[in-house]
Amino acid sequence: MEAAYQKIVRLESQLHPLGVQRAPLWQFVLWMGFFGTILLWGVYAMFLCWFKGLNQTNMNDSYGFALWIWADLGVIAVGGGAFFTGLLRYVVGKDPLKYIINYAVLIGFICYSSALLILAIDIGQPLRGWFIFWHANVHSMLTEVAFCLSCYFGVLCIEYIPLVLENRKIDEVPIFHHTSHNFHEVMAIFAATGAFLSFFHQGSLGGVAGVLYGRPFAYRPEFFIWPTTFFLFTWSAAACGPCFTILVTKITEAITRKKLVKDNVVELLAKIAGWMLLTYSIAKIIDTLYWAFVMLPKHNLHVLDFFTNQSLIYSKLGGVPWILVVEILCSVIPAVILVTKKGRQNKPALIVAVFLGSMCALINRWVMVLQVMAVPVLTFETFALYFPSWQELATTILPVAYGVLLISLSHRYLPVFPQERELNPV
Amino acid sequence: MTETQGHGNQEGHAPGSKFGMVIDLDKCTGCGACMVACMAENNVPTKPDETNKLDTITWMRVFKLSNGKAFPDAETCYLPRPCMHCGGKHDAGHSPCVSVCPATATDYSYKTGIVSQIYTRCFGCRYCMGACPYHARYFNWWDPKWPADMKNYLSPDVSVRMRGVVEKCSFCFHRYQRAMDLAYYEERELEENEYQTACTQACPAGAITFGDLNNEDHMVYKVTHEESEGDEILRGRTPFRLLEELETNPKVYYLSGRDWVVKAGNASVREEAKAVKDTGGHH
Amino acid sequence: MFPFSFEWHWDMSHIVFMGGLWYAVIILGLGVNYVVGKSIAETMKDEAGGGHGHDDHGHGDHH
Repeated sequence: MEAAYQKIVRLESQLHPLGVQRAPLWQFVLWMGFFGTILLWGVYAMFLCWFKGLNQTNMNDSYGFALWIWADLGVIAVGGGAFFTGLLRYVVGKDPLKYIINYAVLIGFICYSSALLILAIDIGQPLRGWFIFWHANVHSMLTEVAFCLSCYFGVLCIEYIPLVLENRKIDEVPIFHHTSHNFHEVMAIFAATGAFLSFFHQGSLGGVAGVLYGRPFAYRPEFFIWPTTFFLFTWSAAACGPCFTILVTKITEAITRKKLVKDNVVELLAKIAGWMLLTYSIAKIIDTLYWAFVMLPKHNLHVLDFFTNQSLIYSKLGGVPWILVVEILCSVIPAVILVTKKGRQNKPALIVAVFLGSMCALINRWVMVLQVMAVPVLTFETFALYFPSWQELATTILPVAYGVLLISLSHRYLPVFPQERELNPV
Repeated sequence: MTETQGHGNQEGHAPGSKFGMVIDLDKCTGCGACMVACMAENNVPTKPDETNKLDTITWMRVFKLSNGKAFPDAETCYLPRPCMHCGGKHDAGHSPCVSVCPATATDYSYKTGIVSQIYTRCFGCRYCMGACPYHARYFNWWDPKWPADMKNYLSPDVSVRMRGVVEKCSFCFHRYQRAMDLAYYEERELEENEYQTACTQACPAGAITFGDLNNEDHMVYKVTHEESEGDEILRGRTPFRLLEELETNPKVYYLSGRDWVVKAGNASVREEAKAVKDTGGHH
Repeated sequence: MFPFSFEWHWDMSHIVFMGGLWYAVIILGLGVNYVVGKSIAETMKDEAGGGHGHDDHGHGDHH
């Protein structure tokens, strides 16, 4: 028995990248088993939704868009680190980012595949999902999202495949070796196309809420053919995505108890994210003020009309809608930390900043999905309150478990972090 | 129910009808006959428990409004709410729901002004529901079910809908098709009384008037243009629409002599204390 | 999606939207085909030359 286990360990270790230390196999199996169980729970809920229908959720006719759409927009926003880091590395030419681009791509791949899966669960007739392409209404923001999202997922596959092919054993096969090498050669073209597609789908996700002229809470003025939320969403994804990439990198470093990326690389990305966040927060504040003081008064509405003490999340603390304040603070505070050299070189401050930066996108997406649905429009209707069912929660946790599993597998078998060997000599 | 159907553009017929409704809120007693007629006419499925109006389907829904005052000043108003068949900004056909549907499963007909829903093409993304400020769109959360014997009473003119798609009031479009077929066969124009919705005909108080808002001979035209022939219905009141300020351009007009009811229609003119929806009753 | 589906109109919004989409799809398709084709050609060349040809590529920081 012991001999058989040792043999398996020996064989398995041949799949690890050269010159790096990996956790013992039993530990890895336990870890994977734990998250695999959570994944299975989510998969079970997913099949319940597919076979029994969306009555498995707590959504209703007031809450057509709920937790899933938030999760969808959320993962796409924080997954924006992939396109933006790719753009900086391959098109702008920020060379040091090549040490973190693999991980940014992997995180993006997880986020986008999760988003597509969530969408497949969320639609009432999953087998008709292809109608969005076939019968496309080009005037719908959701059509733009579907097209660009699917295409960009293709780009992420193209960016992730070479990394898989660089596994020690796979790389020994000549055709795979050549393929991964050749993909790297033309990666700039894919990265540029990915940035083009991302610009549109991130923006269109903002447009989804911004074009709802029947709902004053969401509706924003149009700039060219897009509402301002189009630009704010793209901007925030480019700002918050890298924050999430850094956050996940730091979490990975903490769990593996290794330094995986050099500080100068992280600081460069953090600095760019900081400036993006700063400009975003200014734009967001201007947009909010214009909405509150120019658009709403036209309908005799006041910002506070959209908040109620019936709900904890949308309540007014001392007359102030706290979620709106927190949303703005989550862009301003990390921006101030990250644009200063002292701030981003201070480790705890950096962690706080990238955490708040990630939350900035997540809270914004929450407000632009769930609060839009909650706020009544007819004067005689009241706030719609909603709490997700366990099936919705399980299918929302599913991508997290899936992400942990894919990161664990990738980290164990693929050369995700080019600086790992140098930083952790065996 | 797309542009290719119906015969709205037949020779001699005014191009571009705009069907709409005028509902007299001072006449509505809240009896719910319109809701029942609508459900029977349009094969709307039921659930054993229909008390939660957030997940049951009521194409025509009667809201019970209260002025929020205590006895003896308390007043109640029943407000029937079908789909508004919005013409959208500048009445150009870009209804809030139509422009957002990613699969072109809902369409605005320039021949009738009716917003259609193509059930077999809808894949249930529910974006249109989010876009509609009137909550006039409903999702089939469950498989459609009717008590066994009631299946024999399903209308053959209206397709039943499957789980996972959105549905809504169609202004009984199948009645329009039927009436137009006959008119076309007899080579004449459609008469006002030939195409009436089920709710209009079912209302015992005669609170609903239905017709072509573009046709000068129709009563809805006279009422909405405040012409003297409409005086019998208008009785000095001014027609208003729900959330007119949002530029959704609904085709359903309301009449009420009570100021607080008119103010409940639009936030821009609302009273300090909002009109409140009563619990119970028809909800 | 295609000009032969009846939702298609030859108007500016369709041309711009679908033009952008097909442009991206074609770029990606051409890129992938180029990479796969080149890799097959190089592998075949390696095999013809005794299978020692693939070590001449440096992979930069990925190796």
